[in-house]
Amino acid sequence: MVEISKEQVKHVAHLARLALTDEEVESMTKHLGDIIHYAELLNELETTDVAPTAHVLDLKNVMRKDEPRKWIERDDALKNGPDVKDGQFRVPSILE
Amino acid sequence: MSVFNFTLKELQEKLHNKEVTVTELVQASFDRIDQVDDQVKAFITLNREAALAQAKELDQQPNSGSNPLFGIPIGIKDNIVTKGLRTTCASQLLDNFTDPLYDATVIEKLAKQQTVTIGKLNMDEFAMGSSNENSSYFTTRNPWNTDYVPGGSSGGSAASVAAEEVFFSLGSDTGGSIREPAAYCGVVGLKPTYGLVSRFGLVAFASSLDQIGPITRTVEDNAHLLQAIVGHDPMDSTSVNVDIPNYADALKQDVKGLKIAVPKEYLSEQEGLDPEVREAVLAALKVYEDLGATWEEVSLPHSKYGIAAYYLLASSEASANLARFDGVRYGVRTENADNMIDLFKKSRSEGFGDEVKRRIMLGTFALSSGYYDAFYKKAQKVRTLIKNDFDQVFEKYDVIIGPTTPTTAFKVGEKVDDPLTMYANDLLTIPVNLAGVPGMSLPCGFSKKTGLPIGLQIIAKHFGEDTIYRAAHAFEQATDHHKQRPNLGGEQA
Repeated sequence: MVEISKEQVKHVAHLARLALTDEEVESMTKHLGDIIHYAELLNELETTDVAPTAHVLDLKNVMRKDEPRKWIERDDALKNGPDVKDGQFRVPSILE
Repeated sequence: MSVFNFTLKELQEKLHNKEVTVTELVQASFDRIDQVDDQVKAFITLNREAALAQAKELDQQPNSGSNPLFGIPIGIKDNIVTKGLRTTCASQLLDNFTDPLYDATVIEKLAKQQTVTIGKLNMDEFAMGSSNENSSYFTTRNPWNTDYVPGGSSGGSAASVAAEEVFFSLGSDTGGSIREPAAYCGVVGLKPTYGLVSRFGLVAFASSLDQIGPITRTVEDNAHLLQAIVGHDPMDSTSVNVDIPNYADALKQDVKGLKIAVPKEYLSEQEGLDPEVREAVLAALKVYEDLGATWEEVSLPHSKYGIAAYYLLASSEASANLARFDGVRYGVRTENADNMIDLFKKSRSEGFGDEVKRRIMLGTFALSSGYYDAFYKKAQKVRTLIKNDFDQVFEKYDVIIGPTTPTTAFKVGEKVDDPLTMYANDLLTIPVNLAGVPGMSLPCGFSKKTGLPIGLQIIAKHFGEDTIYRAAHAFEQATDHHKQRPNLGGEQA
């Protein structure tokens, strides 16, 4: 049986780019643990020879022609941005 | 008599004969919203000025009366992108997303039919929930009794139709999010076959399960609305190129000889099933017998594994899909970030609600190194077994019929503290999404204890929507559940 620790919850939160408060870590550890235990119900089933289903359609590598077409202009693309400068999205510095 | 008492076809006759104008229909919608939406709370954003301007234009246009959707007011779930009209997914993270840059394919298709968008409808945040209580704005109420939830996640879509604020609406369904609220609110809701309706412009939750579908008061209206939104779309690589039948034609067929399968896991052996729901479904099966159909009990043996498989798969897909909400290109950004990672983390944590965080965490965990095979891949294999269950039944039967939900709507606040109890509402709808087949909920009775509606679920094989409409229409015409109206007070225009 898989046990979920607070340390694990903090690690997963980092992978998911979430900043959890101590309280949230506490409740998330319990809720995630409950759901994971519940999900272990699936281990009742023998599935060694069962192929996984990613989606139900019989489709593979759907392509369309790589043709330029009119889509969103730069000014439009920027207009919902929370911080925009000189025709670009502005973010905190990423280099030391 | 209220304009909301008419079917789309009847309204087109009235529009054509100039007994009513599009402006009057649109005004009737807004009047009703002004009258009852402080009780129902279905709408996040109204499109009042643009809708009335469009109505005025449409009234100048010639109308042959042959397009059943011409000039009809519609509500749109707030996870379907509408150009220039705020689209929030009921999340604080998108509270400022006031100017979306394009229309979803379904919105473009509706524009061709000249429907009038009245506003954007409340939902559980990012479509994650079964009660609407996960909306970051407010909880939509069940029009039949406002102490109760409308269901979710398309709770606003179902409640607005039941409350006669709009003539019909679009919802989306990942694990039951159209059918469960349709059942709780006593309206007709269809989740189409995966791939029938383009998902382009539907804010993605779980891409292998999501489908947009119509919510209406009658089966006939539902067929007309579905007809308008189906079809292959090069902008969605999972949109399927199939021949589309005329769904309205299917309504003309009776159900003599229709072979119905009733899964024992949904009815006779379903332990959580409310006796009133069981009774209503058995009464519906009697109606089908009287109409010349036959039914037999069958087994979908892997049903009980559906919820576990679904929450692993849907949350895994969600954890990837929701990575795009990072506070950079749109949405709300944190005001106190020191660096880039900090900006992502704080923007997301300030913007997302508890259930969304929970599912992102579950999905990230299930996909993480060391757990991928045990959880994600295992769930994909169980999905295969569930799909095979349906394939086998449809070799012998035309439709599967059972309840949509084990109970009628529950009270606001009753289940919020325990995610697993909340997830159990979706027991009978989730397998349909995992198998990718179409399913509808339509009203089949009312609880004697609470007066709340009971939903009947009809499921068909892939692209069997016409068979669903045939079965649903025959039942609806033989009963009068769809003619009942909630009493919200006030007189209708």
